[in-house]
Amino acid sequence: MEQAAKSAGICSAKVSEILQKYSRRPDALVSILHDVQKEAGYIPEEAITEIASRLDIPVSKVYGVATFYTLFSTRPKGKYIIRVCQDAPCHVLGAKAIVETLEKELGIPMGDTTSDGKFTLEYTSCLGVCGVAPAIMINEAVYGNLTPERVPLILKEYK
Amino acid sequence: MEFYRSHVLVCGGTPCVLEGCKGVRDALIAEVKRRGLDREVKVVETGCLGPCDLGPVIVVYPEGTLYQKVHVSDVPEIVEEHLLKGRVVTRLAGEGVQAGVVKYEEPTYLGVQERIVLRNCGTIDPESIEEYIARDGYRALAKCLTEMKPADVIEAVKKSGLVGRGGAAFPTGLKWSFTARADADQKYILCNADEGEPGTFKDRLILEGDPHSILEGMAIAGYAVGADKGFIYVRGEYVLSIERLGKAIEQAKALGLLGADIFGSGFSFDVEIRKGAGAYVCGEETALIESIEGKRGEPRVKPPYPGTEGLYGKPTVVNNVETIANVPPILLNGADWFRKFGTERCPGTKVFTLTGDINNKGLVEVPMGITLRRVIYEIGGGIPGGRGFKMAQTGGTSGGCLPKELLDVPMDYFTLPEHGSALGSGALLIMDDTHCIVDIAECFMRFFEHESCGKCTPCREGTARLHEIVAKIARGEGKPGDLELLDELGSAMQVSSLCGLGQAAPVPIKTMLRYFRDEFEAHINDRLCPTGTCGT
Repeated sequence: MEQAAKSAGICSAKVSEILQKYSRRPDALVSILHDVQKEAGYIPEEAITEIASRLDIPVSKVYGVATFYTLFSTRPKGKYIIRVCQDAPCHVLGAKAIVETLEKELGIPMGDTTSDGKFTLEYTSCLGVCGVAPAIMINEAVYGNLTPERVPLILKEYK
Repeated sequence: MEFYRSHVLVCGGTPCVLEGCKGVRDALIAEVKRRGLDREVKVVETGCLGPCDLGPVIVVYPEGTLYQKVHVSDVPEIVEEHLLKGRVVTRLAGEGVQAGVVKYEEPTYLGVQERIVLRNCGTIDPESIEEYIARDGYRALAKCLTEMKPADVIEAVKKSGLVGRGGAAFPTGLKWSFTARADADQKYILCNADEGEPGTFKDRLILEGDPHSILEGMAIAGYAVGADKGFIYVRGEYVLSIERLGKAIEQAKALGLLGADIFGSGFSFDVEIRKGAGAYVCGEETALIESIEGKRGEPRVKPPYPGTEGLYGKPTVVNNVETIANVPPILLNGADWFRKFGTERCPGTKVFTLTGDINNKGLVEVPMGITLRRVIYEIGGGIPGGRGFKMAQTGGTSGGCLPKELLDVPMDYFTLPEHGSALGSGALLIMDDTHCIVDIAECFMRFFEHESCGKCTPCREGTARLHEIVAKIARGEGKPGDLELLDELGSAMQVSSLCGLGQAAPVPIKTMLRYFRDEFEAHINDRLCPTGTCGT
């Protein structure tokens, strides 16, 4: 088990440490998964089974929570996750053109990861920066007032 | 205590941060120092000043001159001209500002706004508890703990007429009284900061701009109902809100304003932050509670309501950020003072977020009952490019769409529902006459299909079907009877869905059918999109 968890991006000891931080309380599951994802970049299957057995709750419950929330992922993603808002305020101000430019610049459709593992392109729900729509978020950084012309300039910072 | 002749406030809200305000702040500090003004001029990073699309924004006090779209390269000129020579840099000051010497008068950039909730946003450094205290911060809590009984606090909130600002408009004092009456060994206060409604970003900017007002309001609520523990559930995406709240909690604990035996009153109150993980439905109070308990954020069947059976099965008050921010001023100034703002049925103010096709996008606080026309044309500066107004959606994606015939309807929690819409969270999405109703409707319905949690059938199946039918109409594949089907399905969802998500999802489509039916019919009968947006 330990070996398997290690190869997936988070070692057993780290999972234990995170569980300890929350006193192994099952009600801290969302916070625990936040920490695992921060450490590993996603939530590996091995981490899910380990959390379940250590907290004495069913694997299905941990998996259910890990797949319910959009900020969690049970599959590895790119180093930079580009979250694109397409809700009404962004839609009205041209989010479609931003999506098309991102897809063209990165050569992948929405939902995919570039072959070098650097960028993942996905939709997000409203980012709450509608005053500067259209907007995207790259990891924890938000970019607003976007135009198709600005997209390549922003991507350049990460390439 | 040091005194300064001028304060330069740099907006540090997220929209300004992403336009580069941190660089402007650092450049200002360096330039002020280089010019030897650092004992006379203080540079302060504040919360949101309001005009989000003009960022980075700075205001020079005491004169209240607002500069917009300030870049690092503008800083030497501002310091030299304004701070050294006392002349306004007109090219950065926006329209209507006269050239010449700065005038010492009340700042005019707020216009007809009345600021209760945003009283400190953009005025103080949100990371300084001293500045919050200097603006009467924690005085309301002190007054409650030392001069008032819990029942008096609830009575004052009841008398003020404050209703929930998250959208449901439930009377806050009444809600508190349910929990106060409940007999339990443990009670909780929850602050709902899981702001997910598209077009809404008020809670984010309140938390970023004035985090202590939330802690104080929660402590007052705790005293009123007999709870000693509070949680703030914040969206995981709100990185800066979480950071500033965390700092504020530490500061308040260090000064004994949170923790055990506050003001020697015997009352104890602690607050913890819980980070959401991306689920719109968690804005629903019972789903939020499930999430804090470490579960999938799926709503519970009500009753029992959280007031008597909430977090961990204990009596729990769940209030929105803006509701809580209203609490300290109400307790400090009294219910009669609060009732001077807004309308008889709906006292106080409302924070609106202006988005879409409007010149001044951003955050404003105005008296309840103001008309849409005044917000769009007086405060919002009208529609860009002189284009015509087509519709406004009030209350976010779960609110209704109003045509120009309803521009003069007063916006409050009771009048808008009479026209099929809702005030909701205060999001206002303005759309000009270039937009296609069906295209926008598809965007709304796609949102709800994605966000439905899937627990109850009417919402899970209903949101998918609504999206499917509207998408077909947009593609030019609509058929007679589709509009009647949308209406019927929407009505069924409204009466049978478990929570507000499924009940509200049909609201935008129903109002669009009511006010813009001919555009849907053109797509179906003539296979024609009147604005040329859809691929019909």
